[in-house]
Amino acid sequence: MSKPKVAFYWCASCGGCEEAILDLNEGILDVVAAVDIVFWPVAIDTKYADIEAMPDGSIDVCFINGAIRMDDQEHAVKLLRRKSKAVIAFGSCAHLGGIPGLSNLTDRVATLSRAYLEVPSLDNPNGVVPQKVTEVDGGELTLPGFWNRVLRLDEVIAVDYYLPGCPPQPDTISAAVQAILTGDLPPAGTVLSPGRNMCHECSRQASKPEKLKIAEIKRIHQVLVDPDECFLAKGVVCLGLATRSGCGEKCMSANMPCRGCYGPTDGIVDQGAAFLSAFAALLGPGDRPDLGEVVASFDDIAGTVYRFSLPASLAHRGNLMKNKGEPTP
Amino acid sequence: MIPFQPKVVGFLCNWCSYAGADSAGARKLEVAPEFSVIRMMCSGRVEPQMVLKAFSEGADSVAIFGCHFGDCHYQEGNHSAFIRYQLMRKMLGELGIEPERLRLEWISATEGVKFAAVVKEIVESTRQLGPLQTARVQEFSERAAGGER
Ligand code: SF4
Ligand code: SF4
Ligand code: FES
Repeated sequence: MSKPKVAFYWCASCGGCEEAILDLNEGILDVVAAVDIVFWPVAIDTKYADIEAMPDGSIDVCFINGAIRMDDQEHAVKLLRRKSKAVIAFGSCAHLGGIPGLSNLTDRVATLSRAYLEVPSLDNPNGVVPQKVTEVDGGELTLPGFWNRVLRLDEVIAVDYYLPGCPPQPDTISAAVQAILTGDLPPAGTVLSPGRNMCHECSRQASKPEKLKIAEIKRIHQVLVDPDECFLAKGVVCLGLATRSGCGEKCMSANMPCRGCYGPTDGIVDQGAAFLSAFAALLGPGDRPDLGEVVASFDDIAGTVYRFSLPASLAHRGNLMKNKGEPTP
Repeated sequence: MIPFQPKVVGFLCNWCSYAGADSAGARKLEVAPEFSVIRMMCSGRVEPQMVLKAFSEGADSVAIFGCHFGDCHYQEGNHSAFIRYQLMRKMLGELGIEPERLRLEWISATEGVKFAAVVKEIVESTRQLGPLQTARVQEFSERAAGGER
């Protein structure tokens, strides 16, 4: 029997997902032995033309990481979708928008100005900002268009499965690869990691408070949290309340609260809203005299509760405006 | 041009505010037709997801009505509702949505007059705010229409 054909591709991402595959260590040798990698720009020398030349549906599984914000990304993922039987959104950015998705708090013009004109460490005396087309001696140079906002992979192409995480942890990847190789797969659309909430698996759960007695929401550098103490007990926001388990308590074991990269649990659409719901119950009673100050001390709620999932939020302008005709992207 | 007709979604707790709405009806008070009622068992059952879903399905404002503190039939449901409301107002502002589009009021079973007055006030202030075409989205759209920089 011929080996399954596999492709990897990256879009708006940091490269961490590619490293996560290498973090399989020796495990990667098993993967390489079991599959035929036909396309992986970061590791092997293949060209778009090689993919274009393949018959449609001839790649068995294509792993795509990163969100979508540029013309070339859209072009590549549409091509890979056509050539692949199954597409897997790999990592938080492809799954929910991830860290690049936070740029949807603003728009293209502001993002480019910040990056090319305002950052203090810049050296750009002529104020050059990337253009789609630039006239130079001897002709025109072109760059792919940069969109007004970041889209999740499944806003651009159909996605069969999701591998959550920033980046997905080796166990999550191995389990998914095993499932794919043996054909033992759940229904399409499933997120390939247990659907339970992080607190259920957290070794700090015994000290999780029923009510937060704190007068102020703290950031992690402002307090000392014991290695076995729930972060909430010290007033530090922990997204574990509304995050899918499966990472093996990666952050908690480094004494950092969960930031939510595995996304919402099964059945929840909006991770940030689910977090606020659970968090509000801990903050009660509602007539506590200092409630206003406590709420005010929660800095950047949107950026905290949607750190990895803003483009998937119901309150995100892409969703709010879907009936009202915001020009997209 | 057809004048803007605001859409307001109201989540009403069954025990106090829905009964308050009934009492407004019994008194034959006029209740603004732009206000669509969803009956919930308790204001504490109104998940932030439901509020955001209402906005994403086209509501220009969302209102949560519950029992006064001390009257909630599930004891603390309205306390959770109030804290969620405070947190969400702050977050909506950060997302470029006017926080005044989310409202919370305590209305008891006998406060039919208050119910009609509050609904009217919410509908009118939503009319003033205009459609949920957030200031920020408008700004983005105009800049995008302005072309490449
Ligand atoms: S809130 Fe965070 S630290 Fe506390 S039990 Fe849940 S996951 Fe663990
Ligand atoms: S603890 Fe939370 S943020 Fe950290 S890796 Fe796990 S899911 Fe991601
Ligand atoms: S029953 Fe009315 S607010 Fe809880």
